[in-house]
Amino acid sequence: MSSSQLYESPDIGLTGWARWIWRQLTSMRTALLLLLLLAAASVPGSIYPQRSADPNGVALYFREDQQLAEVLDFFQLFDVYNSIWFSAIYILLFTSLVGCVLPRTKVHYEALKAEPVQTPTNLSRMPVYQMEQAPQGIDPIVEGKKILETQRYRVIQRGDSVSAEKGYIRETANLIYHFSLVGVLIAVGIGGGLSFSGQRVLAEGETFVNNLAGFDSLSPGTFFDPERLAPISVTLDKFEVDYDFLNETNIGAPLDFRATVTVRTPTDQAGQTSLVRVNEPLDSRGASVYLTGHGYAPEITIRDANGDISYSGATIFLPQDGNLTSIGIIKVPDNLPEQIGVVAFFYPSAIELASGAYTSIFPGVIDPLISMNVYTGDLGLDSGIPLNVYALDTDRLNQVAGRGTNNPAVEIRLGETVDLPEGLGTVTFDGIKRFASLDIAYNPGQLWVLIFAMLSLAGIIVSLTTPRRRIWIKKVGASFEVAGLSRRDDPRLEEVVRELTESIKKEK
Amino acid sequence: MNPLVLNEELSQLSLLVTYAAMAVFTLAFLVSGYHLSQAASSKSRILENQQAATRSGNVAVLEKESDIATQDSSKSLIVLERVSLALAILGTLILAAGVIMRGIAAARVPWANLYEYSITGALILMMIYLVSVRSKEVRIMATFVVGFVLLVLGTAVSVFYVQVASLMPALQSYWLVIHVMVALLATGFFSLAAALSLAYLLKTANWVENAKTKGTENFRAILGIFPSKETLERLAYRFNISGFILWSFTLIAGAIWAERAWHRYWGWDTKEVWTFIIWALYAGYLHANATRGWTGKRAVWLGLIGFAAVVFNFTIVNMFFKGLHVYSGL
Ligand code: HEM
Repeated sequence: MSSSQLYESPDIGLTGWARWIWRQLTSMRTALLLLLLLAAASVPGSIYPQRSADPNGVALYFREDQQLAEVLDFFQLFDVYNSIWFSAIYILLFTSLVGCVLPRTKVHYEALKAEPVQTPTNLSRMPVYQMEQAPQGIDPIVEGKKILETQRYRVIQRGDSVSAEKGYIRETANLIYHFSLVGVLIAVGIGGGLSFSGQRVLAEGETFVNNLAGFDSLSPGTFFDPERLAPISVTLDKFEVDYDFLNETNIGAPLDFRATVTVRTPTDQAGQTSLVRVNEPLDSRGASVYLTGHGYAPEITIRDANGDISYSGATIFLPQDGNLTSIGIIKVPDNLPEQIGVVAFFYPSAIELASGAYTSIFPGVIDPLISMNVYTGDLGLDSGIPLNVYALDTDRLNQVAGRGTNNPAVEIRLGETVDLPEGLGTVTFDGIKRFASLDIAYNPGQLWVLIFAMLSLAGIIVSLTTPRRRIWIKKVGASFEVAGLSRRDDPRLEEVVRELTESIKKEK
Repeated sequence: MNPLVLNEELSQLSLLVTYAAMAVFTLAFLVSGYHLSQAASSKSRILENQQAATRSGNVAVLEKESDIATQDSSKSLIVLERVSLALAILGTLILAAGVIMRGIAAARVPWANLYEYSITGALILMMIYLVSVRSKEVRIMATFVVGFVLLVLGTAVSVFYVQVASLMPALQSYWLVIHVMVALLATGFFSLAAALSLAYLLKTANWVENAKTKGTENFRAILGIFPSKETLERLAYRFNISGFILWSFTLIAGAIWAERAWHRYWGWDTKEVWTFIIWALYAGYLHANATRGWTGKRAVWLGLIGFAAVVFNFTIVNMFFKGLHVYSGL
């Protein structure tokens, strides 16, 4: 007994506090401040590189100034949009929104059922007001009521006055707008959790199978279930690029990228062939395939000192500039007598600079050349540490060809076979293929995001363009008064009242 | 595929035509500025005459004289205003020709790099202004609007200019037509609202209200012929509403396009971030207009902060920020 008494008074205090905080949180001023805060909190994410969009940029920060980067990282400035502080702001904002909109819905529901308000005693105090002589034989109240009804006002006559109101939809639309924003947030959250996107680089002729092992990299949502990956395979049959040859100032600009792909499913082994372009992904059930990048994949064969093939195939070369000077890494662990690592440059249209170095002057294949820096030694493939296929750690290797060694870089043109230095074997430049970077993505929430976004757009258009208007007509002796009042800005209120007065006078 | 033919000569001609439009706009700017100063001094003369008339007993004669003077000056004021409006219309027609020629020269819509955004945006702003010009309160903003358009065009031809080039595949989408056009429309409405807001702030500024020097007194006299501060605020609100709706659409259309091009509808790319910031700022502005204690000066300031973000996004973010949207062409 005594303990409950003890608790009673602080309990009231607590609910009192809670109520006070809730009232503050759901006030218009708080909503306004939180909106501004959200805008301000978004700024740093456009200044610092974000892990989700630009992981290399973040790595660069760490390399350039480790200490500064650690401080920035502590404040989550590389993950702004997932950060605690950013989340706190939008969660508060949406809590406020719900707390604000629910009671407004109730009030509005009651207003929808209620009759228009009482006619004020002093109409001349209203923002728009007119007083006119009533014409002979006309009851301005009856006529006015008729006109207002045809104009779809909600009208009620009380004694010798009429009270009318319209534009309830303004508030309805405003509520729909705010609820749709909640809908957007929820759809973004759930959709993001169920979504996945994976990247895969494919040279022409290669096939990718849509399972976890098939991706080069994968960013799954929190609730993503790999079992639900659609059982499809995608073959890149052909990748074509059109370059501008025609317009002097624009030569070399890419005009079109086209990836021809064949998609096979367990029930359709022959597959469907179709075109994927930038802006035109391939939408198949359960995943869409997007074209996000491209480059060259020269076909190279390396033979060891005995003439046995130790490396062969199309090798992905990553583009370095607009004319597609590209760098590729080749690792040949089984070469005899020694392991070989190669850093190779590919120039689709090579010219030699005065310095003796090469560069490419056109992104299409006109005069292709590969130049190789060759290394020997332990490639570190057996160390068990996963290695980046696009990088070669040259620190522990011994360079045997290229700048700074006794042997020049190995230069090789299409179709040629050239000896590697120090009796390591030979290398052949067999052909040129292209590769495409494909993104395979699936987000079941995005349709809902779109639906709620469109709903909110419709809501805001209706809400901002429909005035909520009140009109009153009152008989005073042989004259009548007309007055109007709008909630918020209403460009036409004056006109409406004037026209109404005129029509009442003209009515016969 | 049809071969792409760029017409560099036509694009040079388009540049010349744009210069011509700038020349006409400069005249329009000068005439409308002169009109403002004349209107201001005629208004203060009328006031003085009336005061003088009341002071001296000879009301009838003086009133008659001042009536004639007023009629004369108001006639010349009307002529001045008409001339400045005619020049603005002429400049807009010439600019339209320049923009269309640029489009033909590039064989696509003329809004795919910063230079083209600027000239098309300037054209759209002028068109919105000329459509709204029937309202007297908007008409008086000519000096502000034409001055701003001159600033935009001047920056475009001197800093942003690039030769015609083909569209990179990432931009080859009808969403370029829709998304960018609507963004430019929104920017036009925001710009007009900003002009009105600026007039509001100048009108209510302390240093203007308590003018101390002759110069500021003249300035106050000029501001005196602008609409009342309530009208300025209300008009700015209306233009901002249109801008906000169009901007919301821009944001949604951008997300749809991003899904097609980059596999995700939203990725907090720098340009997406700034589109969002602008949206949130203007949503804040609309809220301020419905919040007790925030209407009036505070709300107007918020609207201008929103506009500052629009300008920042258009210039600094386009030119210097890293991201997927690298379309300035510079
Ligand atoms: C994501 C957050 C929000 C956004 C983007 C947003 C946006 C908007 C916009 C654009 C309007 C203008 C529509 C109009 O005037 O009819 C508006 C109106 C309104 N909002 Fe919000 N809002 C948000 C959150 C909130 C919250 C948290 C509250 C409550 C505290 C709130 C209460 C209101 C009210 C009462 C109006 C009507 C003002 C009027 O009478 O016209 N909103 N909102």
